[in-house]
Amino acid sequence: MLRVQNVGVRFGGIVALDDVSFEVPSGSIVGLIGPNGAGKTTLFNCLSRLYECGSGDILFDGESLLRIPRHRVAAVGIGRTFQNLALFRSMTVLDNIMVGRHCRTGTGFFMNFLRPPAVAHEEQATAEKARALISLMQLDAVAGMRVSDLPFGTQKRVELARALASEPKLLLLDEPASGLNHEEVGALGLLIRDIRVRLKLTVLLVEHHMSLVMSISDRVVALNFGRKIAEGTPAEVQQHPELIQAYLGGAA
Amino acid sequence: MSRRDILGVVALLAGACVLPFVVSEYRTFQFTLVLVYAIALLGLNILTGYNGQISLGHGAFYAIGAYCAAILMDKYGVPYWATIPVAGAVCLVAGFLFGLPALRLEGLYLALATFALGVSLPQLLKYHHLEAWTGGVQGITITKPDAPAFITELGLALDQDQWLYFFTLAVAVVMFVLARNLLRGRIGRAMVAIRDNHIAAEAMGVDNAMVKSLTFGISAMYTGVAGALSAIAIQFVAPDSFNIFLSITFLVGIVIGGLASISGALYGALFIQFIPNVADEISKAAPWAIFGLFLIGFVYVMPAGVAGAIRMAMARLQRKRQNP
Ligand SMILES: Nc1ncnc2c1ncn2[C@@H]1O[C@H](COP(=O)(O)OP(=O)(O)OP(=O)(O)O)[C@@H](O)[C@H]1O
Ligand SMILES: [Mg+2]
Repeated sequence: MLRVQNVGVRFGGIVALDDVSFEVPSGSIVGLIGPNGAGKTTLFNCLSRLYECGSGDILFDGESLLRIPRHRVAAVGIGRTFQNLALFRSMTVLDNIMVGRHCRTGTGFFMNFLRPPAVAHEEQATAEKARALISLMQLDAVAGMRVSDLPFGTQKRVELARALASEPKLLLLDEPASGLNHEEVGALGLLIRDIRVRLKLTVLLVEHHMSLVMSISDRVVALNFGRKIAEGTPAEVQQHPELIQAYLGGAA
Repeated sequence: MSRRDILGVVALLAGACVLPFVVSEYRTFQFTLVLVYAIALLGLNILTGYNGQISLGHGAFYAIGAYCAAILMDKYGVPYWATIPVAGAVCLVAGFLFGLPALRLEGLYLALATFALGVSLPQLLKYHHLEAWTGGVQGITITKPDAPAFITELGLALDQDQWLYFFTLAVAVVMFVLARNLLRGRIGRAMVAIRDNHIAAEAMGVDNAMVKSLTFGISAMYTGVAGALSAIAIQFVAPDSFNIFLSITFLVGIVIGGLASISGALYGALFIQFIPNVADEISKAAPWAIFGLFLIGFVYVMPAGVAGAIRMAMARLQRKRQNP
């Protein structure tokens, strides 16, 4: 489904990604791990076209992503969450999730001005879909509240619901467990597995929470200093000397 | 819309319809200007309040709208009502074209660019090669329209000021309904999303460049329509009526009325129309100092604008009623 080919990204003197290649097979959950500054978020930002790749190519369903503009990424079927929450803070939970459906709806300025029945209809359908996700994420009690008034954990669920609203084929999750307590992390693991089946998703998961990554991923890719240092099943990668080195080295 | 909102709007409209029959001719004229300003402020609020693009130059679009109406009526004998859509269309295009390069600018830089537009346009209107149309420094005088025949046939006797008031009211109602449609739907959400987090908006599939430049166009269209109505009401356009102070006044109006609020446009319009008069009555020597005091007082007491204060008061009232 997703094929990252020899991708390289530099920021001035810093090499954030160096010749990284891997694949995310359709229907799988792939974990992307590595110490701080390894280049995980940078890779996500290449996938959502926020950063330009200096070299290499990224294929999604066989088509190069590098040829499409940023605002088309959601429409081709890639949804994402952000490491440091990127919600629309003044909007309600419901409105945030409804914006998530922007790429699946099509009425423009002119039609919205006049708001004929067709537009009202589309709005209603959008609201219904959003409400279904609100139930799925157990956000019913806060649906009408401004997101900036909500606790961090709840905001993370809103962001996930917003990403799902675009009906992605590939879901990119950037540290969804950060800031959550032990119980919440367990619930998140179940939730990700559940929605993968129910919504027929493929998931690329960046996470520092090793027990979560290792328990739900089918495959794991490890980065360090922008290079891929290991790839394989969770069991294989955990044994990998370079990875152990990277984490121990990073901690020392 | 809740039942209370609907009742509020109906009461407001009923009051607005009675108004010109109970106040003087001059007051009627002043309220016509309130409606005109409300349309202009709504336009600026769509851009600045909802979409987060600041403009210190909206007086320029107001001027373009006003000159469109004046030139069409004076030089081409177009009926006054037909100049409104033309002025709107011209400003839509002008705003869109200005919005395209403005895409590269944000915050204070956009403020500077729009300021430049606001200060340069009045001078452009004086430019002697354009004098044949614009009338140069002298400006253009136009005649006030009478109430159309069908009004008298209906048995209503409206003088010119009353008719103009109702005409402006009708245009304002249409413009407000359209704006509400736009703002509460898919595009309105996209505008606010861009303001709150433009990166996330784009990741959700919003074409930021397109939405922002079209919003600029729509905003300019509203302000241009208001400009055209003002020219018809005042019967006169001249470059110096559209100086940079007008643009700043619009910005004052949307902040006082309430950013990102439709009703705020009306409160802001009342403020910019009547508070200078009140200040003038309090002190002939230093009206602007008094105006400044009012401004500071309003911002201090109602930091979210009049609309924000009303919203908060309503919420408090409702909570009291639920658990007294
Ligand atoms: N926009 C940018 N400009 C300059 N340098 C950047 C930029 N984005 C990332 N970097 C650099 O690229 C490197 C990789 O950063 P990245 O955010 O991808 O790491 P990460 O693996 O996501 O780390 P973390 O686990 O802390 O989130 C870092 O050295 C970072 O400083
Ligand atoms: Mg990161």
